[in-house]
This record gives sequence, structure tokens and C-alpha cells, in this order.
Amino acid sequence: MNPYLAGVGLGLVLLLAYVLVGRGLGASGAFSAVVAVIVNAVAPAHAQSNEFYRGYLENGFGSPFKSFLVFEVLGVAVGGFLSGALSGRLKRTVERGPRMSAPGRIVLAILGGALMGFGAKLARGCTSGQGLSGGAVLDLGSWTFMIMVFAAGYAGAYFLRREWR
Amino acid sequence: MMAPFYKYGLFGDEVSLILAALIGVGFGFFLEQAGFGSSKKLVAQFYLTDMAVFKVMFSAIVTAMLGLFYLSWAGLLDFSLVYVSPTFFWPDLVGGLVLGAGFIVGGFCPGTSVVGTATGRLDGLAFMGGVFGGIFVYGELYPWLADFANSTAMGRVTIDSWLGVSKGLVVFAVVVLAVLGFWGASAVERMMARREVEAGT
Repeated sequence: MNPYLAGVGLGLVLLLAYVLVGRGLGASGAFSAVVAVIVNAVAPAHAQSNEFYRGYLENGFGSPFKSFLVFEVLGVAVGGFLSGALSGRLKRTVERGPRMSAPGRIVLAILGGALMGFGAKLARGCTSGQGLSGGAVLDLGSWTFMIMVFAAGYAGAYFLRREWR
Repeated sequence: MMAPFYKYGLFGDEVSLILAALIGVGFGFFLEQAGFGSSKKLVAQFYLTDMAVFKVMFSAIVTAMLGLFYLSWAGLLDFSLVYVSPTFFWPDLVGGLVLGAGFIVGGFCPGTSVVGTATGRLDGLAFMGGVFGGIFVYGELYPWLADFANSTAMGRVTIDSWLGVSKGLVVFAVVVLAVLGFWGASAVERMMARREVEAGT
């Protein structure tokens, strides 16, 4: 799809979220709820003594999984799958540059994901929650965050060219 | 009838969860239609060959921003009830840098990794695993990180309130910057395409 058309589509979904429930989109919060529930299951006293985990355990309507972001991210998986199926883009593969091995790419994906998870918690949101949603409401912290995301991406691109190019 | 509807009690918690799932379906659909189930497409932004990340992100921001602006101007939406994440200046800045590094190393962000996984990308699945790990490490280190994470708290602050100018002015400036950015991004793409032809790659 034309990028501007896809962007306007995303923007209308975001606007709908604000109009209906008064909040934007997000993704990393759902991941946090899963982590908090697992830690709480393995070591309840440890999780309850930690303000970060407790925040997610007390979230939701009666259960941490009955929360807006968890339901939304389940929807993202369904919507992504439907779109991929309709456009013939379902493909089991490991995307990487021509000089990169598949196992090497997997290791870097895990490492990058870990940096992403850590950074998203420090910034209280990821590209969806801080970037898109905060961007649209002109949130000062979100715009600061977004400029830094692009800056770090460009700064790192040279060093990771063997992974992608 | 005023928006946000949920805040005005038009429907309850259960309905809000159903709406969350439906909104998610739309979100995932357009992310995939933009090509963002693909890590190579996403990182192409940083190699200047395909600036779709910028184009999609800013056309989405401009669309939602204009919608919110005109709805509240028309008195149909109470912007003070719309959630604006509180600003913590240094944590937002440093978090953005760490997240940006994760983007170029891992090739996804949390939302797009879900879409990548749903369309069969195993690197997306590995990335999701990494996100869980990174959040766990943050959680375990939280007792030591809390002081920094809660520092430079500025509360609910938007660019217009921070600059002390009208919202309309900032909205207009963002639209102008976005249009200039779209034009610049396409110019850079054309330049990179020419260079690759000349290099014979």
C-alpha cells in the first residue's frame, strides 16, 4: 500500500482510539503485563515488593490480562495476519542482508529486542505509545523521544551494515 | 454527545476491551499494509533507501493530530480527558536512544514485531523474545533505576503549552514540517536509487 495511504489509515485508527476511549495505541505495555504476571507466578513476594511489577499487576479490570493494551496487541496480531494473508505476504523466513547468516540474525534480533524492551520501559512507551500516540497529542516528552530514536538509528546504521546491506 | 465516549460513560469496561481488540486489528492491518511486518523494510529508513517509516509515521501523526484538533475546536471532544503521557525529560531522551539502538540492531519495534511474527517472520518472533527479556532486566534493576526513571518529571506538558503559544500554531508548524519532510524523504530516496544504479549494485 502507498505509505501515505497506510499512514492516514493508521492515523484514523489512532484517532478512533482517542475518540472512543480517550487513549492512544500502545504495544510494549502488553509485553510488560506478561513479564509481571510470570514473575509474580514464580516469585510472588519478589514481584509484590517491586513497584514496577506491581504497577502492571494492579492494572486491568480484575486481572492484568484484562487490560486495554493486552486486548489491543492480540488484535494487532490478528490484523497483521489478515492483511498479510490478503496481500499474499505470509512467508516463513528470517529477513536479513545478503552477508548475514540466519542464526546470526536471530541473535541480533534477540539483542535488539532486549535493548528495545529496556528503552521502552525507561521512556514509558515505545514507537506506538510514545511515538505515534504521543506525537499526535504534541506530547513534549514524546517528541524528544522520537528525535532520539531516529538519531540512534542513524548513528548505529553504519556499524550494522553487515546485518542489513 | 462528547468524546472521549468511554470517559463520558457511554459504555463500560467490558465494551472498552472489545473495542481495544478491534482497534488493534485496524492497527495491525495498516502496519502490515505499510510493509512493516518486514524488518528489512523498517531498517531501510536508516540506510536512506526507503523512507516509508518516516512517511507512514508522520502521515499518521498529522492525520490523528488534525482530527483531535478540529474535534476539540468544534466542541465535540474534551482534550483535557485525552491521555497525554507525563513527560520525564531525561528518561524520555535516554530511553529513546536505547530504543533507537534496539531498532537498528533488532530491526523491529514491539508493535511491528507482533505483525512480523503473525506473518511468519522468525526474526520477529526472536525479537519479541528479546523484548520480554529486556523488560525483565529493567524490572529486576528497577529498584536502582527508579531514581533516574522518575527524575525531571514535568507532568502533562504539550509542545504548545511548553512554548506558551497557541495549539493551532504548533499544529500548523507540524503540518508544514511534515510536508517538507515528505518532499525531502522522496528526494533522498531518488538520490540513493541513482547512486545504486551508478555503483552497479
